[in-house]
Amino acid sequence: MSTVLAPNPQADPMVPVLARITRRIEEVPDVVTFEMEAPDWNGFAPGQFNMLGVFGVGEIPISISGPASEPDRLVHTIRAVGPVSRALAGLAEGAALGLRGPFGNEWPVETARGRDVVVIAGGLGLAPVRPVLYHLLENRNDFNKVILLYGARRPEEMLFTGELSAWRARFDIEVAVTVDHAAIGWHGHVGVVTSLLRNVGFDPASTSAFVCGPEIMMRFAARALVDAGVAPGEIWMSMERNMHCAIGLCGHCQLGPVFICRDGPIFDWARLKPLMMQEEL
Amino acid sequence: MAIEGLERIVGAHALFAGFGDEFLELVSGCASNVRFRAGEYLCREGDPADQIFMVRDGHVAQEIGAPGQGRMTFLTIGPNSVIGLAWLVPPYRWTYDARAQDDVRAISLDATCLRGKCDRDPALGYEVMKRFMPAIVKRLHDTRLQLLDVYGARS
Amino acid sequence: MADAATPVVIEASALDQLISILKSKGFEVLGPVRRDGAIIHDHVESSADLPRGWVDAQSGGRYRLHQEGDAYFGYTVGPSSWKRLLHPPEQPLWRCGTRDGEIRIDAAPVDETRHALLGVRPCELAAIAMQDKVFLDGPYRDPHYAARREGLFIVAVNCSRSAETCFCTSMGTGPKARECYDITLTEFSDGRFLANAGSTEGTEILGALSGRPADAADVDAAEAATDAAARQITRRLETRGLPEILKTSPEHPRWDEVAARCLGCANCTMVCPTCFCTDVEEINDLASGDSARVQRWASCFTADFTYLHGGGAVRESSRSRYRQWMTHKLATWHDQFGTSGCVGCGRCITWCPVGIDITEEAAAIRGSTEGG
Repeated sequence: MSTVLAPNPQADPMVPVLARITRRIEEVPDVVTFEMEAPDWNGFAPGQFNMLGVFGVGEIPISISGPASEPDRLVHTIRAVGPVSRALAGLAEGAALGLRGPFGNEWPVETARGRDVVVIAGGLGLAPVRPVLYHLLENRNDFNKVILLYGARRPEEMLFTGELSAWRARFDIEVAVTVDHAAIGWHGHVGVVTSLLRNVGFDPASTSAFVCGPEIMMRFAARALVDAGVAPGEIWMSMERNMHCAIGLCGHCQLGPVFICRDGPIFDWARLKPLMMQEEL
Repeated sequence: MAIEGLERIVGAHALFAGFGDEFLELVSGCASNVRFRAGEYLCREGDPADQIFMVRDGHVAQEIGAPGQGRMTFLTIGPNSVIGLAWLVPPYRWTYDARAQDDVRAISLDATCLRGKCDRDPALGYEVMKRFMPAIVKRLHDTRLQLLDVYGARS
Repeated sequence: MADAATPVVIEASALDQLISILKSKGFEVLGPVRRDGAIIHDHVESSADLPRGWVDAQSGGRYRLHQEGDAYFGYTVGPSSWKRLLHPPEQPLWRCGTRDGEIRIDAAPVDETRHALLGVRPCELAAIAMQDKVFLDGPYRDPHYAARREGLFIVAVNCSRSAETCFCTSMGTGPKARECYDITLTEFSDGRFLANAGSTEGTEILGALSGRPADAADVDAAEAATDAAARQITRRLETRGLPEILKTSPEHPRWDEVAARCLGCANCTMVCPTCFCTDVEEINDLASGDSARVQRWASCFTADFTYLHGGGAVRESSRSRYRQWMTHKLATWHDQFGTSGCVGCGRCITWCPVGIDITEEAAAIRGSTEGG
């Protein structure tokens, strides 16, 4: 498995440091990206998450969506859906917030060396995989083909469209996007994200897949990848559960024997399948 | 020569890959080459579904228009896909509009011709049905996922 | 440890000596007291605070105290476990407020009070050892637990009586203490105690008590007392192969049957001495504008325990919640911490308002998967 980075050196892993929003970017309705500064921030590994808290409201896990190669830049992308995320997303530039982390394991980029890498993201799931995309492109010679398949609900809800276009213009990454439905004027794909797999070429025997999105989507993506010949142990996905502590002590994020926060959030399909397929586990 | 060429093209499409020569000849007897320019419609909702389009090049958007909501694309398909499942089921009507997103080259199968041949030769009919069934099931599965609207609830 | 082989016999009066020595060494002494019809743990000033002559009768959904004999430690276990002290129901984590225009976050101080626990049962020692694995041995430590745990002095008391709900013999945790104590006592029917030291500090304190070296007969008598307690135990939980059985039976119809009875009240998780789950909650002080975060006991029986961001609960049904609790306790705990999460104290049976019995549920699932 991947290495676990130690969180900020602090006596109590439950006590946050004070972070500040330096830049606020409205991505799409209800989704914002924050660039933040935090004391003693020592960087992270792609795939890790932080606990972000609004004082007086609460704290939630948010994956880091910026480049790991720039340890000074801490970037988070947040969708406002619950009380805490709404309060978070409503914060202005200059606002203070609580930060704990980084927590969790990383996308296994080392085991993907020399292989084809297929990244499949759905909806806001593009944010947690963006750091690994940066890593793949920054270390492009370490990998064979790099393919990004991204599915969103509607064209207007697609994240990071500027970057997607820029990546699409490169010759060393294949990018295919699709939406569930689109109004007239959209000239791209319409259909489920797994249907994009049929249009791209990769060597399934030498492919690592990184998948992030809603759990149902990840399940279907894993099946489609297995059908295409990718080994279950080479299909990695980032799981979400109700995390309160992020350090394996509060018990909320258990999935069978696993603590998602401490043992994950990234697991391979071989390990995850029996757990994910058991309803209400 | 023309028929032979069509047979090769029909046999090379994913829909009929590995189809027996005898059946391929029968199917190709109903086939013709068609082209659509970007923006042209292959079919319109409500019209008789008298054709099947086996897309060779280009992309086709399947759309439905609703007053006040504009036109909505619910599926796009590309090379090696097929447009037209309604020809199998009475009353054989298109239930959507299909518009060429870019220049499209396709094989058109005359549905009346193919239905007739299938009715007369159940063995052919069964083989043809087996070729269309996976496309139908796949479309059903994809539609189910779209219906679940999975991207809406996650952060 | 060195002196574990040389036990001593002390009189009941030495209990007061013990308490006062502990207090003089700066310990806050906590022990069993009778309150609101139950034996709970609280401060004890002298042996007079102990529930001498009180014993409990327990069964599924029932707990009653009555007077019988004159033993100091005749009761077994009550609703409260030492978890209340070491991993309390509410633990402040930090406060945040604006001071001189600057936002400050202040960590809640750890509790450095040295506590001496008097009357810790063998099953409770096992429970403390299990929580040690959770809070101290993982990649992250709970500093509050660690601080309380570090200063602990434990006087264990072996059981010479069992309740109907006890099944420590199945879990290998009692009725005799084996580890994790400073001093262990076995109460004789004549009011004296056999005392063993389990640590250097325990040896030192034991040496200061009036008593005499135990002879073979004393040791045999102590052995006989715990043997008697073991013989009284009627409940049994067969643990052989149980983790696999439970993990491979998520669709067993028994889960539906138990869910039909389970009220989802979470009592079992509150009284369980090993259940460790917590919520983290935000508290606001309207007057000062400060906010604070506290950690509170949580239960996997509640709906919001598995709430998914922007969705609903992962475990929607009572069936899945009971299954999670029991499977975690008896099966996946092994994967996570290398031991069972059950010590066989029977509290979950006693304090379940409908008397759901974990041993019966485990047996039912084992029974039908093994064909009887």
